[in-house]
Amino acid sequence: MFAVNFFLLAAVLFCIGVYGVIARRNAVLVLMSVELILNSVNLNLLGFSLINGNIDGHVFALYIIAVAAAEVGVGLAMVMLVYRNRRSIALDDLSEMKG
Amino acid sequence: MLGATGWFLDNAWLIPIIPGVAFALIILIGKRLPMQGSELGVASMAASLVLSVGAAYQWIQRVDDAGGHSEAGTLGLIAGFGRSLTAAQEEGAAYVQPVIRSWTWWESGGASFGYGQHIDGLAVMMLFLVAFISLLVQIYSLEYVRGDRRYTHFFAAITLFSAGMLVMVLGENMIQVILGWEIMGLCSFLLIGHWWEDEANSTAALKAFLTVRVGDIGLLVGTSVLFFGANDWTQENLGTSGFSIQGLSAWALSGEASETVLLWGAVALFIACIGKSGQFPLHTWLPDAMAGPTPVSSLLHSSTMVVAGVFLVARLYPVFWEAFSIPDVSVNFIVVIAGITIVISALLAFVQDDIKKVLAYSTVSQLGYMMLGLGAGAWLPAVFHIFTHAFFKCCLFLCAGSVSHSGSHHSFDMKRDMGGLAKKMPITAGAWIVATLALAGVFPLSGFFSKDEIIDNVGHNGYEVFMYIALFGAFLTAGYMTRATYLTFFGEPRGAAAGERHEEHKDLHAPAFAMAGAHGDAQGSPDTAPAEDDPADPLLHGGDAAAGEARDVADPGEAMVGPVGADRHDAHGHDAHGPHESPKLILIPVCILAFFALTAGFTNAVAFGEDWEQFKEYVEPIAEASDLEAAGAAPRASDLEAAGAASVRSGSSILNDASSHSVSSPAPVQEEGGEEEHASGCGYTAPEEGGICFFPAVSHAEFEWSKAALSLIVVGIGLVGSWFVCVALYSKRSRSLVGLTQRLAPARWGYNFLWNKYYLDHLYEQRIIRSIAHPIARGANWVNQNVIDGVVNGLGIGGRKTGGWVYRNIDQRVVDGAVNASGAAAGGTGHALQPVQSGKVNQYGALLFGAAAVFAIVLVIVNV
Repeated sequence: MFAVNFFLLAAVLFCIGVYGVIARRNAVLVLMSVELILNSVNLNLLGFSLINGNIDGHVFALYIIAVAAAEVGVGLAMVMLVYRNRRSIALDDLSEMKG
Repeated sequence: MLGATGWFLDNAWLIPIIPGVAFALIILIGKRLPMQGSELGVASMAASLVLSVGAAYQWIQRVDDAGGHSEAGTLGLIAGFGRSLTAAQEEGAAYVQPVIRSWTWWESGGASFGYGQHIDGLAVMMLFLVAFISLLVQIYSLEYVRGDRRYTHFFAAITLFSAGMLVMVLGENMIQVILGWEIMGLCSFLLIGHWWEDEANSTAALKAFLTVRVGDIGLLVGTSVLFFGANDWTQENLGTSGFSIQGLSAWALSGEASETVLLWGAVALFIACIGKSGQFPLHTWLPDAMAGPTPVSSLLHSSTMVVAGVFLVARLYPVFWEAFSIPDVSVNFIVVIAGITIVISALLAFVQDDIKKVLAYSTVSQLGYMMLGLGAGAWLPAVFHIFTHAFFKCCLFLCAGSVSHSGSHHSFDMKRDMGGLAKKMPITAGAWIVATLALAGVFPLSGFFSKDEIIDNVGHNGYEVFMYIALFGAFLTAGYMTRATYLTFFGEPRGAAAGERHEEHKDLHAPAFAMAGAHGDAQGSPDTAPAEDDPADPLLHGGDAAAGEARDVADPGEAMVGPVGADRHDAHGHDAHGPHESPKLILIPVCILAFFALTAGFTNAVAFGEDWEQFKEYVEPIAEASDLEAAGAAPRASDLEAAGAASVRSGSSILNDASSHSVSSPAPVQEEGGEEEHASGCGYTAPEEGGICFFPAVSHAEFEWSKAALSLIVVGIGLVGSWFVCVALYSKRSRSLVGLTQRLAPARWGYNFLWNKYYLDHLYEQRIIRSIAHPIARGANWVNQNVIDGVVNGLGIGGRKTGGWVYRNIDQRVVDGAVNASGAAAGGTGHALQPVQSGKVNQYGALLFGAAAVFAIVLVIVNV
């Protein structure tokens, strides 16, 4: 079935995203990986929307895109501030929150 | 040829969009432009003006097409240009369908809220007026606020302000009207507080905003009341919502509207108009709004903001007409408020020393005339007065600005810094005098044709008492304007007008300043008896060095005078110190406005016969019942063909019974003045089955020179009398007049009463706010001391005893045991989990996804 391709692609993207979040040390790359995860979810939604034959999934996808934009805005601003304070955005160094 | 509508009419909704977009552009990129964004503002207003003129032209065509108006003759050329065959065959005057378009903005609970346009004569007139005045004011501002700290923001706010008024003027429904109304409220706050570094200015801005907000509650309540009253009817008959202006008008006149709903809706809406248009109890914000830059005052007080309230009444006239039974009574809510406003504000204008405050009270008074006209059924004269008043009032304000800009060193104090400026500033003085005469209503100038018509029609419609009040108001108008003219442009130059600089005033207290010092002494403390019209009297007040200082500090209206004014002066650095004529950018708008103040009256010069009554022909809707089907279809159709459907039910003019289908009846609608028109027609009787009315059949008084002569004589007495008093008082310093207000007890009492603005501010701030706040505070205190404390004490004693027992038995044994145990447990868990909280984001992510994966696997296993 045609929609299966959506889910396969989404699954691959999701895995890449998860790998990026776990393995990357650069904060910007982690943010990009988060975007990948979000977009794989969007693809899923669109695929289900296709199967169900209504546009609910599209609405959700658009909503997620809007929220993701805001999230990236905040995330990048935080990265900027971190960089200004520490001259580095390596996440390994950011362990002040250690419990 | 576009037929009976046309591109400009169909796309009139663009008119407010242009300045709206310009506002956004000015905010975003204005500072980087060569003229710092002002060119965007001016260009957008020019574009709006072009579109408005196009719309006005096509509206005239449309009216000519729809009815037999082409026979009127004066505009035969234009009329012949675009007449469609079907329309030309109809000889009778039919209601001309406004060009209505609407887009759904949002829907909620079955009600849809639209944005659209409702273009008829009134809207077209206002669009032109607002765009025209705004353009001139912006051109004027190029020079006036040059070098200002927030130059770009000034133009952004003033552009958005015009956009707000335009949105409201072409509003198709009440939601849009509220939108425009509130945009204006916001911008007036921004503009009045433009120089907010001065606390007086930001206080004035707050006062304007909050006072208007008090009335705005009425707007919301009224809109809701009318919506719930009208929605069912309009949905059924017109297919529009109960917010639609046309729907509300038709509903009000249908005879099926509930009297109670109409009355309360109209009262609530009128309260909003009282706030916005500065009518009697809420007028106090208007004079304080003078704290803003002069172009802002000029725009606010001529064509936007304060006119919005009058416009709302004119727009929803059928609602007010029915609610207050305007044709049947001789006194109602609107005229009472308007009558009071006319007189009290005109009286207040006599005791003001600030030239802008004189004009502000004059505006309040003139708005009273407009409301009076509307309240008394004189719709057309009132609307016409909006039109003429905009020109001369705007001109007066711009002249005042010109004087302060170039003549009096940024002071607006007539007694202290002006006088004798006519020789130094001849063009400004000329324009001022033309506009003053127009405002006073001297014969060939514009004010005469509108104000005299209002007075005439108010009497004609059975409101005789208010006709005499209006006449008295006209007398007062002539008086205070003469006083202001004399103090500003004639007599001896004083203060800055005599070439002195403020810095010298403040530091040296030269003998010439003694007079100003005397006034400062009196006015610095407004609760004491102020010395009116005290001439320079060095023996009495000379050398009162502290007084001048006190005045600068004490009078909040004089924000321009202080050190801030001096800064601003230096900032745009013109170095000629004496008074001189203003630059061209200021004079050109002033002259254009003076020209219109001179001639605008001829657009509806009733005195010269029917051919001159262009306003009646094109602005006033014809009160004619339309077919329900045609009327219902027209608003919903995208209205390109609406015009064809509009002219229905030919032949029966308002002179005849609406039911007589005498197609041959040649009675043209211009044949007015007969009493028999009261008998029937829209607004008097409910339209018959299948018919629908959109406007009441307002009557028109026939012009008579004898009546006009009466008002002219009154105005003449006012002008001449005031002139002689001024000469005697200010130049010759007649012994019997000078100091009269101090010697004579009734005069002193009256002067104090006026000086303190009828104690209204005092009433609002000290009495009302206190009387509400203090009892609440006292009551709360009593409750606090007696009830709550008692309860608390009782509880405390009981609590202490219980507490002792609880402490010994429960706390020490049960609770402590549990707490210690849980603390120990948490500590143990924390230590166990501590390694997980590494502070490393990647690790958190890995845990998150790992956990999710585990749960996913569990889910899959459980489900399979």
